[in-house]
Amino acid sequence: MIGMLGREYLKLFYKQDEGEGEVAGVFKYQAKTGLPLWMLGLGADRLWADMNRLLAFLFHQGILDEQFLQLQQLQDETSPNFVSEVVNIYFHESEKLLRNLRGLLMERELSDYKKMGIHLNQFMGSSSSIGAKRVRNVCVAFRAATEQNNRAGCLRALEMLEQEYCYLKSKLHELFQIEQQRALAAGVRYPAQN
Amino acid sequence: MGIATESQFHVLAVDDSLIDRTLIEKLLKISSYQVTTVDSGSKALEFLGLRENDQSDPNSPSVSPNNHQEVEVNLIITDYCMPGMTGYDLLKKIKESSSLRNIPVVIMSSENEPSRISRCLEEGAEEFFLKPVRLADLNRLRPHMMKTKLKDQIQEVQEKIENPEVQQQLHQLQNENDQQQTPQEQQQLSLPQANNHKRKTMEQGPAPEADRTRPRYNDIATVV
Repeated sequence: MIGMLGREYLKLFYKQDEGEGEVAGVFKYQAKTGLPLWMLGLGADRLWADMNRLLAFLFHQGILDEQFLQLQQLQDETSPNFVSEVVNIYFHESEKLLRNLRGLLMERELSDYKKMGIHLNQFMGSSSSIGAKRVRNVCVAFRAATEQNNRAGCLRALEMLEQEYCYLKSKLHELFQIEQQRALAAGVRYPAQN
Repeated sequence: MGIATESQFHVLAVDDSLIDRTLIEKLLKISSYQVTTVDSGSKALEFLGLRENDQSDPNSPSVSPNNHQEVEVNLIITDYCMPGMTGYDLLKKIKESSSLRNIPVVIMSSENEPSRISRCLEEGAEEFFLKPVRLADLNRLRPHMMKTKLKDQIQEVQEKIENPEVQQQLHQLQNENDQQQTPQEQQQLSLPQANNHKRKTMEQGPAPEADRTRPRYNDIATVV
């Protein structure tokens, strides 16, 4: 298992600093060896706690809702990366929708509010399917503004939507990174010898 | 011939959203169904072997001769809001088709609109699921598929029985039994009939199936 981890992997997680327990993002490492905790096989429990803490935070803030848990329940041995696969599809589609929305709103001539509404329906649907509650709620407000042909309102809503989406994306990335490390830590049985 | 052992049910899922298609496919597979997904109503009809322009004439065969529905579909689950053909349009087309109308249809929608729901149910949808669809929702699917399969199997059995060759065999068996049994036992063995008018000649005697699956009463008959 350790043999599989090449230079590239170490570069990813290894941080060249003194001091114990300094956190590079969520990558905790031991000062003595300079190796990330997961490689030492010590971090599994801590990482599990980190993941749950982050999830609890996201639920508490209303960023994610119960549907995200439903997604996790669908992940099994036959599809061990199901959640991240679905979420990556979501990211890809959402960014396309956001580009379209911005393009429609920035039009010199009359903005096509109806088309915006269609994009927003799509965005709402996919957001609710993965449990992205806050993003979905901003879409609802945005859609209301399009129904009133309210350009200023739409601009504000678009900004908010982009912000919420970016925040969601960064948090989900964080979650997947912890999950990845935890999976590795759980698989490591012996500390690195070198 | 008893009820056939349960083979996997095949569900056709229709949704224009890739995420929702991915989700519903996973949900269905976890529930042990065979799944086919398509991204539009017209592709769904194509898969079912129905060309769009056929359904207008009720007399013309609605299944194209090349694809005599080779793949059996036991249930169709479709999103309501789709560009082009909506789930409601698809539902209508299916119910208008003589070959497809018996397939149960379920509608999914993210909008909880009572008028939409009642319109779909009136048009013949079995269920209306609110999105996002949960695993527990899928438990409501099996009864609809079983009901249709059961109906098909009963029809199959009835058609077999109406076969003149089979009729002859039944008469033979009936005569054999008549000689060996008391009238009392004959009454006990007659099965409840689903469609009595089709089994007039068989009212007194036991069904042929009973002879093979039930213990022979002649061996333990008590003589009055």
